[in-house]
Amino acid sequence: MAKNILHVENLTMQFGGVVAVDNLTMDVNEGEIVALIGPNGAGKTTAFNAITGVYEPTNGAVSFNGVQIIENHPQGKMKKLYAGKNADKYKHAMTKTPDELTKLGMARTFQNIRLFKSMTVFENVLTAKHLRRTSNIFTATLKLNHKEEMRMRAETDELLKLVDLYDVREEIATGLPYGKQRKLEIARALATDPTLLLLDEPAAGMNPQETQELTKFIHYIREKFSLTILLIEHHMNLVMDISDRIYVIDFGEEIAEGVPAQIQSNQKVIDAYLGVSEDE
Amino acid sequence: MWNKNKRLISNLIFVGALLLTLVCIELFAPPTSMWFSVLRKVCTFSLAAVSMNLLNGFTGLFSLGQAGFMLLGAYTYAILTIPVEMRSNVFRNYGDSVINFQMPLVPALILAGLIAAFFAFLIGLPVLRLKSDYLAIATLGFAEIVRGLVQLQNFGPVTNGPDPINMFTAPKNIMAYVAISGISILIIILIINSTYGRAFKAIRDDEIAAEAMGINLAHHKRLSFIISSFFCGVSGAMMAMCNTSVSSVSFTSAMTYQILLVVVIGGIGSVSGSIIAAFIFYASSEWWLKFLDLETFTASGSKVPLLGPGFRMVVFSVLIMIIVLFFRKGIMGTREISVYDGLMKIRSLFKGKQAVKEEK
Ligand SMILES: Nc1ncnc2c1ncn2[C@@H]1O[C@H](COP(=O)(O)OP(=O)(O)O)[C@@H](O)[C@H]1O
Ligand SMILES: [Mg+2]
Repeated sequence: MAKNILHVENLTMQFGGVVAVDNLTMDVNEGEIVALIGPNGAGKTTAFNAITGVYEPTNGAVSFNGVQIIENHPQGKMKKLYAGKNADKYKHAMTKTPDELTKLGMARTFQNIRLFKSMTVFENVLTAKHLRRTSNIFTATLKLNHKEEMRMRAETDELLKLVDLYDVREEIATGLPYGKQRKLEIARALATDPTLLLLDEPAAGMNPQETQELTKFIHYIREKFSLTILLIEHHMNLVMDISDRIYVIDFGEEIAEGVPAQIQSNQKVIDAYLGVSEDE
Repeated sequence: MWNKNKRLISNLIFVGALLLTLVCIELFAPPTSMWFSVLRKVCTFSLAAVSMNLLNGFTGLFSLGQAGFMLLGAYTYAILTIPVEMRSNVFRNYGDSVINFQMPLVPALILAGLIAAFFAFLIGLPVLRLKSDYLAIATLGFAEIVRGLVQLQNFGPVTNGPDPINMFTAPKNIMAYVAISGISILIIILIINSTYGRAFKAIRDDEIAAEAMGINLAHHKRLSFIISSFFCGVSGAMMAMCNTSVSSVSFTSAMTYQILLVVVIGGIGSVSGSIIAAFIFYASSEWWLKFLDLETFTASGSKVPLLGPGFRMVVFSVLIMIIVLFFRKGIMGTREISVYDGLMKIRSLFKGKQAVKEEK
């Protein structure tokens, strides 16, 4: 059995009375490409945010590389409001901030692209190298970190060449065409040296040809950087092409899990996507 | 690479020429010239504006505590540099000063910055959790509290209570001001261009993305706040030198707004913009427009209409409104001055005209 990279257990995220993610349990193993799919508003992005430390989940636990990174149970006002399951299972409360998780080797992209808008393509990627610095504010100001700075710049250029963005390195990031902005966001995530890459709808807004290129690109970076990938996607062709396994959620709850062929023929999934309501 | 060197060299030549001009003014301008008082003020507020820009423009934190940190710097500097024999005279209402030594100028300046930075360190943790407007209100409140506290009778032996402090070391020659301001601004530029500067800009551009890229928000915001406050403290000390007297009444929130205005006019996110704006702002308000406040009579003896006390501020405010209307992003936007690019632009303009002439 391959080594477990991400283990999500009974994860529940509740906003007021809305249960956006409900008791989600999933595993991602080393080297796998796993897709998280579901209709719009199913809670996929919210699950990402709870795993990466943006939100504190209401209940549940997450481990990364065999180390627990997140655990929570309903507290305070949520004690009364809680509408999910397993309310008494977890006793501790711990969360890491997104930057701590990125340091541990978790990197992500965003559904609505979030590039550093005043910076060039080159600077966007270079900024993501800041977290692996050994310099402090004094050595950096006095340029005593010259060697490290040069190394970071060289690595950034190398990465830009790898992902085919070197020719636009001096352009302002947000001026790039949409497809390249998505690619740049992936490159920026790669610059943090991740072991697990989380992609939130990387093909959104792409045409079929671009989508096909993206499929190849994701395979390529997985090999090149020995990555494990968890992705959210709507383009079914891409998902079925690329994924080793798929989790399907609807209204925050997992409704199916399996290899692409199993998912394609799963009646619950078909119903969810066709919009059949549950009590019919 | 070659182009980058050319830019650097032409900028260095420009700075050199500027320094030479300042030396010439120092040596050859008549002692009564307005240049002296204006340039001292420009140096002081350039530094205040650049350090505010580091926090507000480059890190995206809207703080209005500048007057408070400048006050801390000014008082620290002034208290530490009064000659020992003058102390009982300055602190006559409180018997004597509790501090009984005199520090040289440079260590006192550094300490002025450090005290301001220390207070930033203390309030940074709770205050920087607040977002935008709330941060502005909290820092504004901090400045007012500091101003109230130093006036307290209980602190008299240290701060001289509500009485002004004077008799401290205050250099008169402008090169001293240019050196203090220049070195401080150079350090800020080095920070902005370092890997930390990139992290600050990332936070300004998109906090969520910056955090996802591994940038510790709390740590970096606090760092920027402390650095900015350090240099605010130094500029406060410079202000003390300018005025040769320190009193808490001059460190009002109106002063913070003035610095903010300089930052906005120069361009939020441009160091050279802040310096240019500080020059334009103080040269025109304290010098070039001074004649508007004087009642003037024409040769025939009739009074020139409108000219008189207060009219200067009217014209000045109108000018500021015009600048803000025409330069939405300030004079420099987020760009920096580049002599080389400027020259190339002028050359291309010139060539263009020549080409047109030749065609005719
Ligand atoms: N910060 C929030 N506050 C309240 N409700 C939220 C918040 N974030 C997401 N939701 C709700 O959670 C549900 C799931 O949203 P989301 O995770 O974005 O879905 P998707 O699967 O399309 O990515 C939606 O109903 C949304 O309104
Ligand atoms: Mg989504």
